[in-house]
Amino acid sequence: MAEANPAAPVVIVGAAMGGLRAAESLRRSGYTGAIRVVGEELHAPYNRPPLSKEVLATDVTHEAVAFPSRAEMGDVEWMLGVRATAVDLDAHTLTTDDGNVQEWRALVIATGLRARRLDFAPIAGRHVVRSLDDAMALRAELIPSARVVVVGSGFLGCELSATARKLGCSVTIVTPSAEPMIRPLGDLVAKEMRRRLTEEGVQIFSGVTVAAINGETSVESVELSDGRVIEADVVIESVGSHCNIEWLEGTNLDVSDGVLADNAMRAVTTDGIALDDVYVVGDIARFPNPMFDDVPRRVEHWNIPTDTGKRAGAVLAAHLADDGSFADVVAKPFAPVPSFWSNQFEIKLQAYGLLGLVSDDDIRVLEGDLTDQAAVGYYRDGRLVGVLGIGMKAALLPYRKQIAEGGA
Amino acid sequence: MIKIEVDMNQCQHYGQCVFEAPDNFKLNDDDKLEYVAEAPDSERDNIEAAVDVCPMQAIRIVE
Ligand SMILES: Cc1cc2nc3c(=O)[nH]c(=O)nc-3n(C[C@H](O)[C@H](O)[C@H](O)COP(=O)(O)OP(=O)(O)OC[C@H]3O[C@@H](n4cnc5c(N)ncnc54)[C@H](O)[C@@H]3O)c2cc1C
Repeated sequence: MAEANPAAPVVIVGAAMGGLRAAESLRRSGYTGAIRVVGEELHAPYNRPPLSKEVLATDVTHEAVAFPSRAEMGDVEWMLGVRATAVDLDAHTLTTDDGNVQEWRALVIATGLRARRLDFAPIAGRHVVRSLDDAMALRAELIPSARVVVVGSGFLGCELSATARKLGCSVTIVTPSAEPMIRPLGDLVAKEMRRRLTEEGVQIFSGVTVAAINGETSVESVELSDGRVIEADVVIESVGSHCNIEWLEGTNLDVSDGVLADNAMRAVTTDGIALDDVYVVGDIARFPNPMFDDVPRRVEHWNIPTDTGKRAGAVLAAHLADDGSFADVVAKPFAPVPSFWSNQFEIKLQAYGLLGLVSDDDIRVLEGDLTDQAAVGYYRDGRLVGVLGIGMKAALLPYRKQIAEGGA
Repeated sequence: MIKIEVDMNQCQHYGQCVFEAPDNFKLNDDDKLEYVAEAPDSERDNIEAAVDVCPMQAIRIVE
């Protein structure tokens, strides 16, 4: 591989939470050279979770969700509204859709995910929610008494259903799953969540898929795989996501599911070699967490862009400093506790660990009562690997500690 | 001295800040956030980490 030009900037691709945290961490770890962040969205980095919750229920503006900008970030260059289209790891160059080819000294991959779409004609009234612009477009159509069909019953689909319901819409969830959020939460909790969502007036059709979305220019109805037809004004598709890896095609990075990284967040090639000058952060990173085992996983939880961004920034800064500290920084334990939360009506879910690792037989109520407030434990081979609070918060802290101590 | 402000209208008492800066933030028995609004400069890294991990982005360092 050719030597990188030491005068070229560190280029971070993806100007969202993961990219921001990597840039901040580079500065905080003492790197004073040039940093450039290339991002497809026009907005400076902002916080996505409120887009399905609080902010969607009120005013969707960039101001309401923007991340604060730190003083040490003053000389970071932001190239917004520009999409990376190709990268050459040997020549150390990045090509963007404005026709530019730029050199980089090191590269940070932070391009996250995009929403998967159903394969139907693009008519008005069909929505996804990943970006601020998506949320703004949806918000304009969530008027009282609008008939909303939400396709998919993951966290996002259920949150959007709750918010639409609060705004006075009638809401039907259509899902192939047996119960809402069954994959992350397990059968026991998912059944209770169905009870609560139904009680709030959300209708749930499970075990079905969408056969057609009808309407000439805008949505009129949704046809289900079992033949039922639901009249609708708005369809929200929350049916999973794709990793934004197209721009990495032609490189020898392992992009079989997101981008493979080692525990130092260095990108790993298909030959199993970790690159000292290419890093991966956030939703797109598939990395091993010694808290659980040595299996690399993608974790789409909000704390991950921050934890992996900080880690990547520290390791990369040590590599660039070339002061002999690199091996020590790489060897530092890195085992972030995955954590997420979800608000649906007055239901507040909060979790630590990896709930999805566990089978239904290994889930049990630790404290409280499922129909009210509860702490639920998720066990693998007898070890606590996840805890979920329904309405409970401080009570979860000892369990979080237990999960964290299982690892490194 | 660092001065800290938490927007209590925003705060949803998730308690993520508690892990990062336990000297300044805690959840009380009613699951509500309590915090100390001043911290020594030696705590800056921890307070900044608490700002970063707040899901509601409700914590601010007043410069
Ligand atoms: C509506 C919503 C609600 C959520 N709620 C929760 C929650 O309650 N709890 C929780 O734990 N998590 C939640 N999440 C997940 C959390 O927000 C994500 O984990 C986080 O946003 C991931 O950040 P990221 O920086 O890795 O990637 P993203 O936020 O996906 O950012 C990637 C950025 O890269 C840009 N990009 C992509 N391709 C290119 C390219 N080729 N060139 C240049 N730029 C490119 C994109 O435009 C985007 O700005 C939610 C997500 C959404 C969308």
